[in-house]
Amino acid sequence: MADTLPPASTRVRMARFTAAWQSDFAYKFRRSPVAMVSFLVLMVLVLGAVFAPLVAPYNPFDPSSLNLMNGFSRPMEPNAFTGSVFWLGSDDQGRDVFSTILYGMRISLFVGFAAVMLALVLGVTLGLLAGYLGGWTETIIMRAADVQLTFPAILVAMLIFGIAKGITPVEYRDQMAIWVLILAIGLSDWVQFARVVRGATLVEKNKEYVQAARLIGRRSPAIMLRHILPNVLSPVLVIATISLALAIIAEATLSFLGVGAPPTQPSLGTLIRIGQGFLFSGEWWILFFPAVTLLMLALSVNLLGDWLRDALNPRLK
Amino acid sequence: MTQTPVLSVRNLVVEIPTRHAVLRPVDNVSFDIQRGEILGVVGESGAGKSMTGNAVIGLLDRPARITSGEVLLNGQRIDNLSHAKLRRIRGAGIGMVFQDPLTSLNPLLTVGEQLTETMREHLDITASEARARAVRALEEVGIPGAAERIDSYPHAFSGGMRQRVVIALALCAEPSLVIADEPTTALDVSVQAQIIALLRRLCRERGTAVMLVTHDMGVIAETADSVAVMYAGRTAELGPVREVLTRPHHPYTKGLMGSAPLASLGQRRLQQIPGNMPRLGALPEGCAFHPRCDRARDTCRQSPGPTLAADGGRAACWFPVTQDSTTKETA
Repeated sequence: MADTLPPASTRVRMARFTAAWQSDFAYKFRRSPVAMVSFLVLMVLVLGAVFAPLVAPYNPFDPSSLNLMNGFSRPMEPNAFTGSVFWLGSDDQGRDVFSTILYGMRISLFVGFAAVMLALVLGVTLGLLAGYLGGWTETIIMRAADVQLTFPAILVAMLIFGIAKGITPVEYRDQMAIWVLILAIGLSDWVQFARVVRGATLVEKNKEYVQAARLIGRRSPAIMLRHILPNVLSPVLVIATISLALAIIAEATLSFLGVGAPPTQPSLGTLIRIGQGFLFSGEWWILFFPAVTLLMLALSVNLLGDWLRDALNPRLK
Repeated sequence: MTQTPVLSVRNLVVEIPTRHAVLRPVDNVSFDIQRGEILGVVGESGAGKSMTGNAVIGLLDRPARITSGEVLLNGQRIDNLSHAKLRRIRGAGIGMVFQDPLTSLNPLLTVGEQLTETMREHLDITASEARARAVRALEEVGIPGAAERIDSYPHAFSGGMRQRVVIALALCAEPSLVIADEPTTALDVSVQAQIIALLRRLCRERGTAVMLVTHDMGVIAETADSVAVMYAGRTAELGPVREVLTRPHHPYTKGLMGSAPLASLGQRRLQQIPGNMPRLGALPEGCAFHPRCDRARDTCRQSPGPTLAADGGRAACWFPVTQDSTTKETA
């Protein structure tokens, strides 16, 4: 019988795929309109951002394609001088707002993802060590986390941003701005991960399969990586999603305050900052559309994270 | 009986320092387990049964620690080894069956992965060899369609089946000693007997020594060769199972037997032992059992009972129940 079946590894992979499709996780997703709509919105935004060079009608960063005469076009109306039509209007430089939004979202999403990854790796590692090793390691890590929590995250981010900017040579500042932003947001956000992972690790490490692994002689790093880490990851996934929304907003806030993405590489926050100067002179679209995009982005990620939290919560099953 | 016992525990003392006092959950416990022998360790909750088991395998959680005594595995001391040495010796030498099969398997690894991981840690075999042996191990513990089920995750097994997997896991690295800490408490009564029979058969076949920790007298009566009765951290009575169960010498053992429904003893009515086991922080002077003992005299209030040696010698009691009075009272 065994030789009529595909090799075991293939069978496992097939079984995993079917299991994933038929899992109650997928079922719950199909049953939740909120999750589906947010997922759809998020996908449209992410795809638009990723394929911005293909989707965007103009390249807002190519100075040769800009025409100052196109400045301040109203949305969907032909420009008074050139007759060009911009879907979402144009800004003072004649840049297409729709295109700048697509390119801006790239930066916002990239910074958000990268910052969350940094926070996740840092927080999970520290939380795992604190929970598993206990003692002084735990005290030092968790008290550091407590201290950091007493400052607002945005303040910590600004502090890190300021220091990093101070030590970067002037000529690299604009290039490095994005990376400094990622570092600042990532370092201000690891506490959540560390706390949750530590808590979950404390629960898992007393389970008998961990004791059994210790008994058969597995070393601590192996136990942490192979046995504990996979079992504490589901709350991490939830926090990562919610943190993503927060990180995108944090990036926008920093950029809005003028300490984030430079005007040469405008993120959504930078666009909003530029746009708010024109709000009271009637050019509302320069502010409005980037703001709405940011709202949709953050909201869809947040709703998805919310749903994920419910879907992965064993107590609600 | 002249061969080296697989496990030999000598005057083991485990202490937990607290702010108010130093507690002794295990106090001067000694016993031997020979090759192929099953030793049952019984007692009420908190009597120190599991603590003894954990001390033997070196998995005591801080602040509990062994303060005196020796633990010998196949004649070699393992209680004072460094971490690294201990890992190698006890991992290969001791298997463990835990109480709750729900938590004793990693939910995110397949049964096969867990079996092969354990085997490859200690036996020098290839991955495919390990897999073949894992299938055989699952067949041996009576999992139908073992070759298929080996790629299943633990949640796809029922409680009884999972405990079979745990037994396979405990035995797969060919240990000389298996410690089973209440292996049937979480299972249905109908499954309990199967699991116990399975454990007993496999250990007999391989000559594995078993330390069976339980509070179920029935399980002991059915499975064990000898029995250690624990009370408040000390061994109250130690001896061959038949003798201890039918002619208990320690009043506590007698009380336990009286309160357990055993068909073979022909009791009419279950008796209870008055009172509760004292807390570790508030052990009475003298013999820990004296406040609940109807045979207690002044000696019992002043000095603890005689210490039991590993080779048995029966009850740690100044005034053991004689055979006459046993027959008289149970009649």
